[in-house]
Amino acid sequence: MSQLKNFFATKWGIIGVGAFIGVFAALLQKWGNPGNMGICVACFNRDIAGAVGLHRAAVVQYMRPEIIGFVLGSLIAAYSFKEFRARVGSAPIVRFILGAFAMIGALVFLGCPWRAVLRLAGGDGNAILGIAGLIFGIWIGTLFLKNGYNLGRTTKTYTSVGWLLPIVMLGFLALMLVYPQIDGKPQSGILFYSVEGPGAMHAPLIVALLVGLAVGFLAQRSRFCTMGAFRDFLLFRQNHLLLGLISLVVFAFIVNLIVGQFHPGFAKQPVAHTMHLWNFGGMTLAGLAFALAGGCPGRQLFLAGEGDGDAAVFVLGMIVGAGFSHNFGMASSPNGVGPHGIAAVVIGLLTCLFIGFTMRNKSA
Amino acid sequence: MSTHVDARGLSCPQPVLMTLDEIKKVRQGEIEVFVDTDTSKENVSRAAESQGWQVKEIFEAGEGYKLILGKG
Repeated sequence: MSQLKNFFATKWGIIGVGAFIGVFAALLQKWGNPGNMGICVACFNRDIAGAVGLHRAAVVQYMRPEIIGFVLGSLIAAYSFKEFRARVGSAPIVRFILGAFAMIGALVFLGCPWRAVLRLAGGDGNAILGIAGLIFGIWIGTLFLKNGYNLGRTTKTYTSVGWLLPIVMLGFLALMLVYPQIDGKPQSGILFYSVEGPGAMHAPLIVALLVGLAVGFLAQRSRFCTMGAFRDFLLFRQNHLLLGLISLVVFAFIVNLIVGQFHPGFAKQPVAHTMHLWNFGGMTLAGLAFALAGGCPGRQLFLAGEGDGDAAVFVLGMIVGAGFSHNFGMASSPNGVGPHGIAAVVIGLLTCLFIGFTMRNKSA
Repeated sequence: MSTHVDARGLSCPQPVLMTLDEIKKVRQGEIEVFVDTDTSKENVSRAAESQGWQVKEIFEAGEGYKLILGKG
């Protein structure tokens, strides 16, 4: 057990996990998920927000089983290796706000860091601007970290606190089974389903759930984090997590080539727009928010699965942020940024700067 | 004479930042680092080794771990 435990923390462990995610993300697309969106933590949380009616953008409503699997897979891994530790109390309200603005920024670009690299692996040149923005945002975050930015310590709490988000996810899964999708109908019981657009494109439930569980398990073991990959390199010149992310891109690219999903170019890429400045700006906001919160959107789900109640609050912030994003016309579409997308990026950046400048502990 | 870093309850990258600060300050000798998650244990060990320090021992301490880092 301990040898296996050590393996995932090694260089080949993280490279293996990146490869697994890259291969199965590309395959999920082949099995039905939207273009260059085999896995997108931001988009899928946004689809969940739509499924429960927090926004009514008809084309992005689906209870994505991958997200449910991420949390529950991490929970299983944490219990298997005695790492489940219920903890809370490190500035939850700040994490909620960061989650909301991370989502708002990601939806201006149309993808989280996971999808940004999958878009690159699928040939979408716009992803280069998004990834550049992401790195820029994370770099700003590292400046705050170097200057004492710190959201404070967590404290141990009741085990059941750590179970709350996993239970919510089990509840979402139960809703999907009680109110399954009905062909051609936009609603089943209390759940909304897209009949067209990206929300209507999905791999079969059981396949998506199993891949989600496997990714959640492996990512908990290896601490896979797309934001940490860049942050650790910028802060410490450490490439451990970065190797995992590069492995993801390389393997997703190879599978895309094999199954005919690689289409290089900028125009007419799936679920993408070509407004370079705002692809960059949206991801700068997302990158900064993830850096200030200590993890990419996937990592927040995995942390929530191992008992981190603050990460769970970040996840809820993302889901609520997606609601605001679509209700207020801040999310982009393939036609370009939404009517209030630019204002949202500016306000989001100002909010993150306020957080970064004012939440510093000189003695930490 | 060993110094100590208490990074319990802090999430990454704080435990690594604090350990690296201490490494810069003391340059050699021994540092005790307290962390409360396996992730922090791994990250601190990796960071110390990248600076030419050794992870001499790891003890389970309360709800977490005590790492003894050493150099020279």
